[in-house]
Amino acid sequence: MTRLDYRKFVNLVMLTLTGVCTFTAVSLLFLILGYLVWNGSRSIDWNFLTKLPLPTGEVGGGMANAIVGSITMVGIAAVIGLPIGFFGGVYLAEFGGRGFSFAVRYMADLLNGVPSIVIGVFAWTVVVVPMHQFSSLAGGFALSLMLVPITMRSTEQFLGDVPRELREGALALGAPKWKVVATVVVPAAMRGILTGMILGIARIAGESAPLLFTALNNAFWATGITQPTASLPVMIYTHAIAPYDDWHRQAWAAGLLLLCGVLITNVAARWILGGGASAQKA
Amino acid sequence: MAPSTILAGTARQTRGFWSRLRTGDEVAHLVTFAFAAIVLLMTILLAVGLWKTSGPSQAKFGWKFLVGTNWDPVAGDFGALPFIYGTILTSVLALVISVPVGVGAAIFLSELAPPKLANACTFLVELLAAVPSVIYGLMAIFTVVPLLRQYGEPFLKRTLGFLPFFQGPMLGIGFLAAGLVLSIMTVPYIIAISRESLMSVPRDQREAAMALGATRWESTSQVVVPYARLGIFGSVFLGLARALGETMAVTMVIGNDPSIHASLFASGYTIASVLANEFTEATGKLYQSSLVELGLVLFLITIIVNALARLLVLATSRKGTARTA
Repeated sequence: MTRLDYRKFVNLVMLTLTGVCTFTAVSLLFLILGYLVWNGSRSIDWNFLTKLPLPTGEVGGGMANAIVGSITMVGIAAVIGLPIGFFGGVYLAEFGGRGFSFAVRYMADLLNGVPSIVIGVFAWTVVVVPMHQFSSLAGGFALSLMLVPITMRSTEQFLGDVPRELREGALALGAPKWKVVATVVVPAAMRGILTGMILGIARIAGESAPLLFTALNNAFWATGITQPTASLPVMIYTHAIAPYDDWHRQAWAAGLLLLCGVLITNVAARWILGGGASAQKA
Repeated sequence: MAPSTILAGTARQTRGFWSRLRTGDEVAHLVTFAFAAIVLLMTILLAVGLWKTSGPSQAKFGWKFLVGTNWDPVAGDFGALPFIYGTILTSVLALVISVPVGVGAAIFLSELAPPKLANACTFLVELLAAVPSVIYGLMAIFTVVPLLRQYGEPFLKRTLGFLPFFQGPMLGIGFLAAGLVLSIMTVPYIIAISRESLMSVPRDQREAAMALGATRWESTSQVVVPYARLGIFGSVFLGLARALGETMAVTMVIGNDPSIHASLFASGYTIASVLANEFTEATGKLYQSSLVELGLVLFLITIIVNALARLLVLATSRKGTARTA
């Protein structure tokens, strides 16, 4: 074999390998999806969606309280987190000075990188301990801490992408800056900002680590937002590590429900954004 | 007009501050400033809160907490080393698998694949990153662990059993399972950021290499990848930061045993998983504060790794080879 043949051979082998790597990574998604659909679809039924969990050992029951609990806590997180993230992002993009903005950006990135379990510990110290009670409020607060940096950075990014001419045109017409921002710049970037928010919500909806010791869990309906509350991710965790087959069955069902919710939201968000632009920055 | 000078936050400007709030601009500035300040305060509060709450444990153990190997809630003796060891071991193991696969896939997506295929694959990889951690755990318990127990670990023991890493009973759960799951979870991040770094390598670099007679692979491996290396390193560190803090999937497969083993087949524990398992059951100030201090240690480790990652990606973007972090 000549030297050129050898080089061509290496070229072919290595490039094929990179293709194999890609195929492996992409096929993982379909493996996960397929396996969950296979196991979960046999377990999702009307009972699963409408009944409470039964005591251990009894077959049947559902996770209605966990579904409602998850929605409640994501709702609380959205109510706290989205405004802070949105207005913070507007500040960074439109009003920010140099030093303070750098500090806020830095801290938001820091917060974004904090492991979710540590966020849970923090929420425990500031909400659970003073209230002497695990609650969906604490869970929602923990989730909102994860939502804020995501929303803030995506809001800032999409506002920054608004063309300069739009701002200048509005300013030239004599509008004060706040009016320019509120009626021209933000509406122009609204689609992207909403996409960022939806992706953020999808991300926190699947989080279980921050809920373990803030919302805890509950086998019954939570009577208010100051009560321990069940959530789908935590239910999947407790059911998957339990030794009962029927619980495993339910874990699969809950997993399928959660994954479908998260994936559909992600696809929808990108569809809203349209035009192939990648909205998610790691 | 430069509104940023109005609210620079210095004491000099507090006088006459309220009287300045007449126009909408200043009100808008103040309102958005307040929300941005909340983010800043929350992060500071987080660090201070962890520090304060872990006080009793810091007072009792001091720096020895970090090197203590004993974790005995009954006797009230707490050392963090087994957890730090488990956290780092599983994360490094994950990267050993996910870096070659991730960088390989990134090369394929940026250098070889036609744009349509590349976009579709990138989209799917982003979806893979969106799969919740607990779903990975669920999959791992029922697929990865049995497969490892039946095929993977016996195979490794037969072929590489002379090494201390592949000895002992083969249970399926343990460091190896956790590392494997983490590798799957970090791959999407490594692909996404490496691909961006590779794509921002100027076209002339490739063309010059090709013109000199290099094959496609030679141009990629000797010109394009070295040009984007800082961004790729950055992606590795970001993946590492993810892996270090990952909780649910690891907790479900690592076996939860606070001891240090060289063998990858053995059960272990990570900082995140001990928090997940023991926090709600912890009784007594010392036990709780020790767990919080573990959280603080994890917080500091991830901050350092994240900062390194950002520095690296920033360094490439200064050079103009990577656009986003």
